[in-house]
Amino acid sequence: MSTVHTASIAATPRTERLRRDSLDTAPSINAERAEIITAFYKEHLGKYSIPVMRARAFYELCDTKTLYLGDGELIVGERGPVPKAVPTYPELTCHSAEDLRVLNSRPKTSYRVAPEVIETYEREIIPFWRGRSLRDVMMAELPAEWHDAFAAGCFTEFMEQRAPGHTVADGKIYRKGMLGFKAEIAMAIAALDFERDPEALDKREQLQAMSIACDAVMRFAERHADLAAVEAVTTNDDARRLELLNIASVCRHVPANAPRDLHEALQMYWFCHLAVITELNGWDAFSPGHLDQHLAPFYAQGLADGSLSRESARELLECFFIKFNNHTAPPKVGVTAAESGTYTDFANINLAGLTRDGVDGSNDVTHLLLEVIDEFHLLQPSSNMQVSRKTPDAVLKHALRVIRNGYGFPSLFNADVVVEEQLRQGKTLEDAREGGCSGCVEVGAFGKEAYILTGYFNLMKMLELALHDGFDVRTGKYIGARTGDPSRLQTFENLFTAFAAQVRHVLDIKIRGNQIIERLYAARMPHTFLSVITDDCIATGRDYNAGGARYNNSFIQAVGIGSVTDALSALKEFAFDKEEVSLPRFVNALAANFHSDEVLRQRLVHKTHKYGNDDEYADALMTRTFNMLFEAIDGRPNTKGGAYRLEMLPTTCHVYFGEVCLASADGRSQGQPLSEGISPVQGADRAGPTAVLNSAAKMDHVKTGGTLLNMKFSPSLVAGEHGLDALHALVRGYFTLGGHHMQFNVVTAEQLRAAKANPAAHRDLIVRVAGYSDYFCDLSEALQDEIIARTEHGEF
Amino acid sequence: MTAPSGLVFNVQRFSVHDGPGIRTTIFLKGCPLACTWCHNPESQELAPTFVRLRHRCMQCGRCTEAELASDTVFNKAACDVADCPTGALQLVGERISADALVVRVLRDRTFFETSGGGVTLSGGEPLVQAPFAIDSLKRLRAEGVHTALDTCGFASWEHLRDAAEHADLVLYDLKLMDPARHETATGVSNARILTNLSALCSLHQAVWVRIPVIPGVNDDEANIDATAAFVSALPRLGQVSLLPYHPTAEPKFARVGKHYTHHGTATPSNAHLEAIAARFRARGLPTSIGGQAA
Repeated sequence: MSTVHTASIAATPRTERLRRDSLDTAPSINAERAEIITAFYKEHLGKYSIPVMRARAFYELCDTKTLYLGDGELIVGERGPVPKAVPTYPELTCHSAEDLRVLNSRPKTSYRVAPEVIETYEREIIPFWRGRSLRDVMMAELPAEWHDAFAAGCFTEFMEQRAPGHTVADGKIYRKGMLGFKAEIAMAIAALDFERDPEALDKREQLQAMSIACDAVMRFAERHADLAAVEAVTTNDDARRLELLNIASVCRHVPANAPRDLHEALQMYWFCHLAVITELNGWDAFSPGHLDQHLAPFYAQGLADGSLSRESARELLECFFIKFNNHTAPPKVGVTAAESGTYTDFANINLAGLTRDGVDGSNDVTHLLLEVIDEFHLLQPSSNMQVSRKTPDAVLKHALRVIRNGYGFPSLFNADVVVEEQLRQGKTLEDAREGGCSGCVEVGAFGKEAYILTGYFNLMKMLELALHDGFDVRTGKYIGARTGDPSRLQTFENLFTAFAAQVRHVLDIKIRGNQIIERLYAARMPHTFLSVITDDCIATGRDYNAGGARYNNSFIQAVGIGSVTDALSALKEFAFDKEEVSLPRFVNALAANFHSDEVLRQRLVHKTHKYGNDDEYADALMTRTFNMLFEAIDGRPNTKGGAYRLEMLPTTCHVYFGEVCLASADGRSQGQPLSEGISPVQGADRAGPTAVLNSAAKMDHVKTGGTLLNMKFSPSLVAGEHGLDALHALVRGYFTLGGHHMQFNVVTAEQLRAAKANPAAHRDLIVRVAGYSDYFCDLSEALQDEIIARTEHGEF
Repeated sequence: MTAPSGLVFNVQRFSVHDGPGIRTTIFLKGCPLACTWCHNPESQELAPTFVRLRHRCMQCGRCTEAELASDTVFNKAACDVADCPTGALQLVGERISADALVVRVLRDRTFFETSGGGVTLSGGEPLVQAPFAIDSLKRLRAEGVHTALDTCGFASWEHLRDAAEHADLVLYDLKLMDPARHETATGVSNARILTNLSALCSLHQAVWVRIPVIPGVNDDEANIDATAAFVSALPRLGQVSLLPYHPTAEPKFARVGKHYTHHGTATPSNAHLEAIAARFRARGLPTSIGGQAA
């Protein structure tokens, strides 16, 4: 049974203060972790097997790092010595002094770096790790073909700077403590067959390392219990003394044992979260998964026995949320350090969805969490709702009300399709239902899968290579397959075949590189704590990074399907169907960035079939491209017993990929961004949201590991119950058609001003005028100003 | 039987103001009225109309300076529209068969179903092309789609009756009660409109009256009271919708060479609209501001 709670009560003064502190604190780089790890490695290098070495170094961190217990906090533990102090992982990626200076001075998403940190790096860290860090080893191992394609912007590589990541907890940590995991590990060691299993020794080392990782987390909690007990003695505040004593008691119980109430459950997760992100720097941190489902029994029990009220539960959840916001993403190095990045580490909370038994998973905690999301507006954690056929309308509408407030969260996933996608990959029905989405839109079996994003793949660059016989104009090298001079591509079939050949050629290069990277992580960078809480690493005696998880899918994320579809559509129509512009003329015009051929560019922009309009001419090319990609990627084996899968998501990579591409036949100028996710090219969709959804749903989403669709609305269009009903029907409709994910952005007055200044980039923006809706950029200037003013004043 | 074809000037998807739910509104060309505030003056003529959208024009050289200097389009043919690189030159009005039209609008069937929406036939005045309008409604009904007819009521009773028979909902526009003022504002008397409305309400289950609120034209107390008195006497009227005047049409009037008399008129305030709505509600009529369900 779910109840809808509409009135939002204010956060308590405590959580309001903690929230403000978190927002006001500037991110900084802290060298403590690097120093501890470096000193440990200097002293112990060569004494232990790699997994045991990693686990012991992790124990050393938990045993000696500076603790933080903030005034008024109820959930405790920080990765750094203070909130937003971000550690570094030199064993993985060693920043140069120059990187650190750039991070300190770049205008956007900067990190404060004290001069002492740079001194420490120059004196202790860099001399030891340069040439030893995994990144340095990896770069030396990867072949020239990989480096050339990488430099040309054909693809990116996720594991180049951060470890495999964006994984998610299932419910086991709420039922079993570290002592229980240690007992399981001991049994697994006892069952090893040294006589017949040649890997028995490796497995024992791995299992011992996992056991040490359990000890490390328990030690970390014990130190917090001691600290809270000491502060309880010294505080003059009687109320705080009771809280500190309670914190001490919680930290003495979890994570050693399974939690007994809501407070312990949240602290249990938080210690596990910190352990995962302290031991290694994985992509997208770590995520709690189906938090509403995990917490529901503790919440219900607390209400029943009187130990909790709705308000006190909410305060605990708010304290928990602030912890995520305190944990800024670790920054990257090298070229990418100079680009603007993001502070968010993409930890993502799942709401609603299905239970293991296929029942609607929403409950009162779902609504409680939505209230916290709505009120707190924190950058982290992200949130999403998994909407199944069984999700009540009232639950989805609560999420839509939150989305309507303009923060883009929660994003929405189709729980039924998410299950189908995983069944296709060979997972059990129960594991699939217990899974969901993490990071941006990626699908995985929570607590049972290493599902690795390996990098973005630039579709437009593949078409460009096909138009240049495999030659990359920007870097001046042959990167692709020699598919022939464009003058010899006599038919559209010839062109598409050349395009597909480039895709396969470059994918081969990427996958050969991936396999090397995967083996380096398997051999050199075990993630011992994550292995403890991921099935079936204990049972198999293998690490998470070495195929120990029950499922091991690797993803390649294709970027620019909208742009490449429109480019193919224009080439097909003008060069082949109508024979108006020859392919060589196209190639020349594109290489010259349409110089002196603006009329051609305008025709390409305005007079060709575009993806996103429910137009079969264009959409058929989209599905053909998608199916070609699927055939080229899906099912290819990785080195961990799993397979490669296709995803369609960009994060912000469509901007970078656009920068490295010449002008394209969709009328896009050189260097301009590609389309993002499976969204149409900005402004190319002219037939409204239902047409966009119909076009996007023509792709078989079940064959992917996730797709991303963004839509923009003005506040007026979604105002009132009437607007909410329309939004609700769009979601239900798209999910009926088999869509995987959608996210609504409700635009602000500021964005409307940007659209007025730069209409070409915002032609898809629909606004409600009065009693009807129109494209913002087609309105008169006076009307635009009026709508901006009304949006600003929230008068809709 | 050969299916009739019609002249359509717009197929608007995701319409959420022309009846319940998410709808596709089909705008048919041609109208017997010439309302001075018309939102779509390019729809009035029962023939394709050339227009030029100045903000899109890149002055590529295909049109002469004299052509560009004129608000209206002359000397152009369909092939010129095809050649225009930016889409600034457009031909408003497409001839389409009822079959093809139905196939096109059914693309959004899923969204009609998840929203309780459907298809609305509007204009212009759809009954100017009555056989096509009736045939389209019939075909859509047969497909299980919720149908609505948006009419100004200035049509033969037989046409209105036959079209309404295939419409789940009729949106009936009512502008002014005084026949002389009606003729000044729209070009025709309202006598037929009023008798048709009365007859329709005694026959049809679901009729919504839609009243455009045009400042200085029909928003005075006398007209509002007279309208409220008339509609409250109608049997079984579903609801009243007030559609506030909006100045978007001004540039469109220039494009089709018509004079716009409402320059400078502002959208009525919410307070004014609420006050008008209160007059209708006081007589027990469910009333919405905007086209949605009250």
